[in-house]
Amino acid sequence: MTNSVVDAPPAQVPAELTPQRGRWHRVRPFLPLVALAVLAILPYSTISLPGIFEGPVNSPGTLQLLAICLIFGGLAAGYDLLFGRTGMLSFGHALYFAAGVYGTDILVTRAGLPLWQAALLTITGGTILAALLGAVALRTVGIAFAMVTLAFAQVGAILVARDFGGLTGGEEGLPLDVSGLPAGLVGVTNTVNLYWLALAYLTLVVFVVHRVSGSPTGRVLAGLRDDERRIGVLGLDPYRYKLVAFTLAGGLASAGGVVYCLIVGGASPHITSSELTLSLLVMVVLGGPGTRWGPVLGGVLYMYLDHRLTAFGTSDAVESLPAVLSRPLSQPLFVLGTLFILAVYFFPGGLTSLAPRLTHLRRSLRTRSDPR
Amino acid sequence: MGTVILLTLTGLGLAALYFLVASGLSLVFGLADVLNFAHGLFLGVGAYATWWAAGNLPGAGSDGFGFVLAVVFGVAAGTLVAVLVELVLIRPLYSRTIEQVLVTVGLSLAGVALLQATWGADARPFPRPDWTRQVTGILGAQVPNGGLLLIIAAVLVLGALLAFLRWTRYGLVIRAGVENREMVTALGIDVRKAFTLVFAIGGAAAALAGALGGVYFGTVSPGQGSSLLIFAFIVVVIGGMGSVVGSAYAAVVVGLVQQFVNYYGTSGLGDICVVGLLAVVLLLRPQGIAGKVATA
Repeated sequence: MTNSVVDAPPAQVPAELTPQRGRWHRVRPFLPLVALAVLAILPYSTISLPGIFEGPVNSPGTLQLLAICLIFGGLAAGYDLLFGRTGMLSFGHALYFAAGVYGTDILVTRAGLPLWQAALLTITGGTILAALLGAVALRTVGIAFAMVTLAFAQVGAILVARDFGGLTGGEEGLPLDVSGLPAGLVGVTNTVNLYWLALAYLTLVVFVVHRVSGSPTGRVLAGLRDDERRIGVLGLDPYRYKLVAFTLAGGLASAGGVVYCLIVGGASPHITSSELTLSLLVMVVLGGPGTRWGPVLGGVLYMYLDHRLTAFGTSDAVESLPAVLSRPLSQPLFVLGTLFILAVYFFPGGLTSLAPRLTHLRRSLRTRSDPR
Repeated sequence: MGTVILLTLTGLGLAALYFLVASGLSLVFGLADVLNFAHGLFLGVGAYATWWAAGNLPGAGSDGFGFVLAVVFGVAAGTLVAVLVELVLIRPLYSRTIEQVLVTVGLSLAGVALLQATWGADARPFPRPDWTRQVTGILGAQVPNGGLLLIIAAVLVLGALLAFLRWTRYGLVIRAGVENREMVTALGIDVRKAFTLVFAIGGAAAALAGALGGVYFGTVSPGQGSSLLIFAFIVVVIGGMGSVVGSAYAAVVVGLVQQFVNYYGTSGLGDICVVGLLAVVLLLRPQGIAGKVATA
């Protein structure tokens, strides 16, 4: 035995914690706050952006679309806690979101509880559900884990569609009974409050995910993503850490479901489908897995495109194309699926990886044009 | 008694459908480690190609030999799409499992949307020979012929697959590759040719499932594949990845459980029982009925 102690290499600091040098590096930490402030005061503006939104920015329709986009931005950020940060490929995340939506809806509409009680019960229930199912599903790893979560989510979809006990309204969905809700959350004129609620949810998720991934637990999660055996060798129990991430992500998703239920004013069975989980995956990969803003960006953009491409597909510009082109283009999922495949091939880091790449490209072009 | 026999045979019909989808999935996963979400697309392509051929292809029709020709065309189309997908999209990403899954996910979304864009979201009536609409009396049960056709087709496919795997050189390569891919590569055999072959076989079986499933259900719709796919995944996990025989056993178990519980319990309960079965199998025997360990 020798006494010489080899210094361990310093722990890898996540890229988002290392200050980036640049002209704006002093301002950078405040950019999220600026963005938040801009988004918060957005409903007061009456600018209309033709082509991007129908009607002015503060019209109820636009605000609702924006609110849905923000919710899905938050949902994608929560899902990224599993996929991008811990490396768990779950195909059942829609289940916890749907639990949030249907839980709120059923407790308010069928049981007549006040909203705050329903929301509290739903989020607690969703978190417990995630903990229980996660405890079973995490007995497997890798692809088998993906399949088990997919199967669990399928049970949720069946339960909702078959309408056991007449609770969920089956195929038709369950409109939210608004008579017991606070007045500020009901009606078209109050869409702006729902928008702020969605913004608050997004802020909460980004904050939680950011705090968790910067904490010692977050380092372990990143370690699990990179090399699970090594974490085991270090004496940490991978199962527990993964369960923590799974439960937290499930809880965040069910909280998103509560807000979504209020925005949309009810629940419909399509949110339980595996397609929703798949689209969460698409959002995260398009935006950039494992980054702070990538999934948010991906989620917002995906939902925006999903809603707007339908209008785009029926617009004159597309209608005038030959049928071979116009028909696929009128299917949002075709466009998004193709974009997604291209993203996997050509920019694996997602949208957020484009900025550094473009900087590289610009720099190399500049050095080539003026050789020193 | 008649009810039990009817349920058994319709359950076996369902099992046959699951087996046709799952056998290809299982081989692809066992050999190439690709969890193929686009498998439902192959099924959809097979179904729509058969439907199209029956109406438009000269010589093909909805009855007699014309129908056989239509099904052959459908299977050929499914195989072609599967091979193209493997060569163009999957091959560049080998040994990058997550990316492959992502690509097949994107493909399943885009492909189904494309089918929907071309032929509409609504279910179309499927051209089927008149005799498949009738029933056969077996031991006092009136069994629909479409289900019997599925069972016969699945048994034939199972036999052909087993014979192929056991007695041909490529079958040997595939079996060896499922067991230990590195060793096969180290022996100087290009295992990637086997990947293409396995995709072709899987695509053909799924397309056949699409065509015969169309006969069984009487309609064809773009989303048909993806709803079958989830149960096919369950069959693959229960049966053990990479094992054709395991898939067959698991398909029979899943089909029968689903049919019996759905009849004697509430509708939908059978589907939930199947998922419960999956959970139990994974907890007690993660490698499935037969096959290599799924947890890797």
